[in-house]
Amino acid sequence: MEIEAKAAKGSGGVLKRIAGPVVTAVNIDAHMYDVVKVGHEELMGEVIKIQGNETIIQVYEDTSGIRPGEPVINTGLSLAVELGPGLLTSIYDGIQRPLSVLVSKMGDFIQRGVSAPGLDHQKKWEFKALVREGDTVLPGSIIGEVQETNIVHRILVPPNVAGGKVKSIRSGSFTIEEVICTLDSGTGLTMMQKWPVRVPRPVTEKMNPTIPLITGQRILDGLFPIAKGGTAAIPGPFGSGKTVTQQQLAKWSDAEIVVYIGCGERGNEMTEVLTEFPELEDPKTGKPLMERTVLIANTSNMPVAAREASVYTGITIAEYFRDMGYDVSLMADSTSRWAEAMREISSRLEEMPGEEGYPAYLAARLSEFYERAGRVKTLSGRDGSVSVIGAVSPPGGDFSEPVTQNTLRIVKVFWALDAKLSQRRHFPAINWLNSYSLYLDTLHDWYDKEVSPEWNVLRAWAMEVLQKEAELQEIVQLVGSDALPEAEQVTIEVARMIREIFLQQNAYDPVDTFCDMSKQYDMMKTIRSFADHAYAAQVAGVTPQQIIGIQSKNDLPQIKFIKDYRPELERIKNAMDSEFTRLRSSV
Amino acid sequence: MKEYRTISKIAGPLVFVEKTEPVGYGELVNLALFDGSIKRGQVLDTSDQLVVVQVFETTAGIGKDTGVRFLGETIKMPVGREMLGRILSGGGKPIDGGPEIVPEKRLDITGAAINPYARASPEEFIQTGISTIDGTNTLVRGQKLPIFSGAGLPHNNIALQIARQAKALGSKEEFAVVFAAMGITKEEANHFMQDFERTGALERAVVFLNLADDPAVERIITPRLALTTAEYLAFDLGMHVLVILTDMTNYCEALRQIGAAREEVPGRRGYPGYMYTDLASIYERAGIIKGKKGSITQFPILTMPGDDITHPIPDLTGYITEGQIVVSRDLHRKGIYPPVNVLPSLSRLMNLGIGKEHTREDHKKVSDQLYAAYAEGNDLRGLVAIVGKDALSERDRMFLEFADLFENRFVRQGYNEDRTIFGTLDLGWDLLSALPVEQLVRIDRDLINKYHPKFRQQDAKAQG
Repeated sequence: MEIEAKAAKGSGGVLKRIAGPVVTAVNIDAHMYDVVKVGHEELMGEVIKIQGNETIIQVYEDTSGIRPGEPVINTGLSLAVELGPGLLTSIYDGIQRPLSVLVSKMGDFIQRGVSAPGLDHQKKWEFKALVREGDTVLPGSIIGEVQETNIVHRILVPPNVAGGKVKSIRSGSFTIEEVICTLDSGTGLTMMQKWPVRVPRPVTEKMNPTIPLITGQRILDGLFPIAKGGTAAIPGPFGSGKTVTQQQLAKWSDAEIVVYIGCGERGNEMTEVLTEFPELEDPKTGKPLMERTVLIANTSNMPVAAREASVYTGITIAEYFRDMGYDVSLMADSTSRWAEAMREISSRLEEMPGEEGYPAYLAARLSEFYERAGRVKTLSGRDGSVSVIGAVSPPGGDFSEPVTQNTLRIVKVFWALDAKLSQRRHFPAINWLNSYSLYLDTLHDWYDKEVSPEWNVLRAWAMEVLQKEAELQEIVQLVGSDALPEAEQVTIEVARMIREIFLQQNAYDPVDTFCDMSKQYDMMKTIRSFADHAYAAQVAGVTPQQIIGIQSKNDLPQIKFIKDYRPELERIKNAMDSEFTRLRSSV
Repeated sequence: MKEYRTISKIAGPLVFVEKTEPVGYGELVNLALFDGSIKRGQVLDTSDQLVVVQVFETTAGIGKDTGVRFLGETIKMPVGREMLGRILSGGGKPIDGGPEIVPEKRLDITGAAINPYARASPEEFIQTGISTIDGTNTLVRGQKLPIFSGAGLPHNNIALQIARQAKALGSKEEFAVVFAAMGITKEEANHFMQDFERTGALERAVVFLNLADDPAVERIITPRLALTTAEYLAFDLGMHVLVILTDMTNYCEALRQIGAAREEVPGRRGYPGYMYTDLASIYERAGIIKGKKGSITQFPILTMPGDDITHPIPDLTGYITEGQIVVSRDLHRKGIYPPVNVLPSLSRLMNLGIGKEHTREDHKKVSDQLYAAYAEGNDLRGLVAIVGKDALSERDRMFLEFADLFENRFVRQGYNEDRTIFGTLDLGWDLLSALPVEQLVRIDRDLINKYHPKFRQQDAKAQG
């Protein structure tokens, strides 16, 4: 009572109760999702519930030692990120504080009560105006550009600013705070804009995804492709290579911008990303991959509320680059940790739980998030896309749990990681029988045109062989492989080749780590031609043992590790032809 | 400091105190009993009306007449160089009859998260002398690698063997060991202590003992005290520290007990929904910091209830730690020590710590090949049970025999046998030479030519 009395005297908001990351304040006139400063140390928090005179706040920092009676200040603003030059190559925590700045401000460990702006406000950027005085600009229009890294950072009119005639605009060297353009209405524009993270940025229209996001991973591009602007989920039990797969995507996917969210994951793993990315080269530009990357690292032991926010911070940054007309791919590792953060906060709020203690709004939050992906016509009329690839970590590898199930209802691509495969060191450990891609139809034309009219047929053939193998393996388990009819023994051998040559890919080999579509096509085609030879030979009376004993096919796996593979592939093909001819003539 | 006698409710380890001055969240609490003894606790929930205190010991003897004092600070651990060689209780009090520890520093036991940007990537190979770890699940400095075991399996011996033998390659520098026991029996604790004393490891060890009959709630702070000490030794004094936490299952049980007493909404199998975050705040306190000399390597041990790896405790642990060493009951029954089943075992940081610069160029390929061949042989055992050995092809029979060979020669080793990594790799090659060369599809030709025993001999002959 005492506190409420004190508050009533007009001394502003006051803390009433503290229980971990969730605190209760009284007497602040706040709106939902307003950002507030909690306690004498002004810890950052966000309003998540309002009940009478009480406001429930989730705090993004550790609340130890905070007492009832300490002040709470409402900023009246929603949680927003700063968008502008300086984003690329940055490494942020869940609420866009640059980790490098935090190290210089408070040392090797993350302390609380330190704020740091997302962008460097002092640094000067070379701004080049692209519109002239008297031009009319609309919300989302491009008014100029900055060469940020090797990426051109286009400067946009914020979508929430009414357009108008340009009164003045100047090129030159400016900080992101300086006004570079004024409109007739008197509005001054800078190179920076702020956007609330929980609100999707507007677009002109959403378009159908018809272009694949090429990742250089054979099982993904070849069998289960994701479209630019599409959504995919990678659920996998621990140790099945989920993180390596995510990192491979971040490294090699042909998006122009990559946003990588380490949400509740391992510190050492983030360090690996942080040390590896700056050294890796972009296969297209030869520049460090880091130059097109924004990293968000909120490790598992960093505050749970900031983990909840990290996913929104990431997707807002991704949308911002999309609005410039770029293809962006966003990796979230792992959305299960995000869901768990929601669960933890929900349980502190004493909300009625849904399935397995997760809040009833879990499904809604997940679908809202994935729906922010898409290929769009931006406000400025360009094409841009955000592809979202979310990792899911199902407890006990049980795919029937709520996060996996709710995710699968939304996403179009499912890459099922399999611990059994990783145990036998089959990498990437993506199960070819359980995975699927619903983009095959929309991408059909692209593969026809860009790869080969044969490709879609080859793909279907490979899937059929693998499916057949699975059925045959069940019989083999019972009676042994010798008991199979001869033609099916050949099928088993062909399937083995598809698995070991095409599907297995070594992420740590400098060549094999990235395999373009034409090489994929050549590899699959060679396996197909082996199969055609083999079936014909078998019909002609060659025994399966002889076919399996073909020497030249043993050299085929080496193709993966050779950069200029075509001469060697030709040699193997010729050797294979002559071996088959010899076998058939000996019958 | 004001003393309150306003306890309104006592439930399990929780004490509810009414109408206090503002009390900080997480603050340390002293409870003075009528007999003059003092119990300690911590604030879990605070408001102007009611403060919830979690008591670290049993609540026996606490009543409405108990005096409650709030100490105005969160739990701090006095740390100092003198701690090496000392045995402390699970609450951090010396129990070896020695003097109180003279603190050089008092540190908050919650420990702040290491800024990922300040971490250095762990990549220094640690040789444990155990083939199944060094060869196929390599440990590196700064890693957290738990042992997933079951009741009645020799995980303690494996942990001891690692603590005794672990060293960085080419360095004589020994690890300082911080050992935290949570809810283990006196007998198990003695086993550890005797081994530490026998090998002289105790001199460079700090031991925290919360035994099975000590208060369960105390287990919540034991690992945090241990890790705070480890951080001091590593990052202030520059030592390489190996932290052994046993048994994390007991820790999680204590966590569940408190959750139930607070009437929280439970998550899977009754464990609190925040268990992942809580465990992360322990396991993530491992690693290396840029520009600092020391390191913290963690070996948490847990027993999987019912040998079930999908149980929430091993499951959540596996999502935080960098791999796991799985101890197998089948291998143990076969009389194989250490009964490490390499198939579900994994070291996520292995690739950082092996190869030309760290161990030997053929390490990864040999390991992959051993895995693949053993997995194949192991699968065939199921088939043999149905169709009999005679129905197998000659190739399959070789893989089947390889699986036995692998278990008997590679996995099996003595409790005091300290194999070098080169010995382990050569042993791997010896085993692989039982298979036809063309079956070694995971290894490049030039490595085969260089290391395969058959070609090595030819080489030697040619040179001879």
